[in-house]
Amino acid sequence: MMKELLTLLENNARYEVKDLAALLNEDEELIKDTIREYERNSVIAGYHTIINWDKADTEITKAIIFVNCVPEREAGYDKIAAKIARYPEVDSLYLISGKAEFMLQVNGSNMREVSNFVAHKLAPTEGVNGTETMFILKEYKINGRELLNDKEDGERLLVTP
Amino acid sequence: MIFDEEINQIIRGLKPSGIRKFFDIAATRKNVVSLGVGEPDFITPWHIREAAIYAIEKGRTFYTGNKGLSALRQGICAYYKRRFNVQYDPEENCIVTVGGSEAIDIVMRTILKPGDEVILPTPAYVAYRAIIEMAEGKVVEVEMKEEEKFRLTPEALKKVITNKTKAVILNFPGNPTGGVMSREDYARIVPILKEHGIFAVTDEIYAELTYEGKHCSIAEFSEIKDQTIVINGFSKAYSMTGYRVGYILAHKDLIEMMLKIHQYTIMCATTSSQFAAIEAINNGDHDIAVMAESFRQRRNYIVKELNRIGLKTHMPAGAFYVFPSIKVTGLSSEKFCEQLLDQQNLALVPGNAFGDAGEGYVRISYAYSLDEIKTAISRLERFLKENMK
Repeated sequence: MMKELLTLLENNARYEVKDLAALLNEDEELIKDTIREYERNSVIAGYHTIINWDKADTEITKAIIFVNCVPEREAGYDKIAAKIARYPEVDSLYLISGKAEFMLQVNGSNMREVSNFVAHKLAPTEGVNGTETMFILKEYKINGRELLNDKEDGERLLVTP
Repeated sequence: MIFDEEINQIIRGLKPSGIRKFFDIAATRKNVVSLGVGEPDFITPWHIREAAIYAIEKGRTFYTGNKGLSALRQGICAYYKRRFNVQYDPEENCIVTVGGSEAIDIVMRTILKPGDEVILPTPAYVAYRAIIEMAEGKVVEVEMKEEEKFRLTPEALKKVITNKTKAVILNFPGNPTGGVMSREDYARIVPILKEHGIFAVTDEIYAELTYEGKHCSIAEFSEIKDQTIVINGFSKAYSMTGYRVGYILAHKDLIEMMLKIHQYTIMCATTSSQFAAIEAINNGDHDIAVMAESFRQRRNYIVKELNRIGLKTHMPAGAFYVFPSIKVTGLSSEKFCEQLLDQQNLALVPGNAFGDAGEGYVRISYAYSLDEIKTAISRLERFLKENMK
């Protein structure tokens, strides 16, 4: 049940408990308790809404940034990651394989804001010895959702055998 | 009708499908909510669609061999071994057909002589009867009961066997009931089929939509494997209804005969669809799992809701249909569906469209989004309240 419940919620955080219970053929109380438990131990780390900011007519600037840095003795990369993650501008942060150590997504209201963040906060962080910033020009798919306008429009007949 | 005399009496005598009639009424109305569709609601997974597009781009648009692409038949046989532990040889035991429908047709035309009887457990998918009759066979219905979870029991089977019985149709998981036969259920009828030398025509198109345990194919029983004819296809498991790709797995002597009909009437299944099917059968196990889990959840939901609003509904173990009894309303299946469409703009399929045994039931498909199912349930609830005062 656990994986199915999490998959359902990952796909749609707005399911009502009673619907989740019916879908999973489980008791409502059990579902409620399970979700509460997941929230408490951070299996469910939060709930998010996927917003197509382009359509909302709100300017928002996002960038993918590769960060090169040197690991610290004992802490490895975790300490420096924690430092970077604390900035609210950082939307997501990953330790990756390849040429860079970290990949970040940074959000700001415009290019200057993102540039300032890189120049004044990220790049001078102790241990960071290089950044490469790529501004996002257009979003086509985020969190598993396509944002394209040309929706697939196959239509089924009303009644078939 | 001006050609009254000229037209084949068998064709003239075929009853138009009860579903067709209902579709015609529903199609004239606006804002109809329908739970009447017999196909999955997923768009075909992209990697499969892309394989079809790529085949066309590369100019792979010629006829294939009559049996279908060798790579596809290899994929199909590997799949049956992998998923159901049944061994077939891609060169000798397999034909790729235009959907499961063509498969049913060429099986019946191959095995039936005029007057041969075919046992049809009902409620059953609407095409079996017509296809058997077109092949000049005689349909012998045997009722599967709700109390038996719409399974075929040995007792019921024995009662209808005569010396003219040629075959029995097995469709589990089944349309329209969602009934499933387990290995134990099959074990009880296999000796009877063996004793009487009856063909087991097993239409396993819903095999992957089995929710309690794993699908068992009757072809697993080696003692009747030679007289077993497996029909399956890509429509339901991979949501590929419009591609029209099915297949038959059977003894090589049967395949050879069926191939005669197939080569002269069809030539081969659509080439681009066959390429899509290769991608599906080799790389589609994950898609199957995701879709089946989604159907299982919606099944749970709709059964709970139907019982809540007063329609007694058993939990089907497969397919994407529920088959609730509407006997509490005192209405016939057709009246129930007509009035429901008329008063609430909700289209369901009357149970009697699937044979007399379906009278007193309706078929509800849950291959719809949760929101659509909710809307339908609230319309159905309103209908029941207003008509059961």
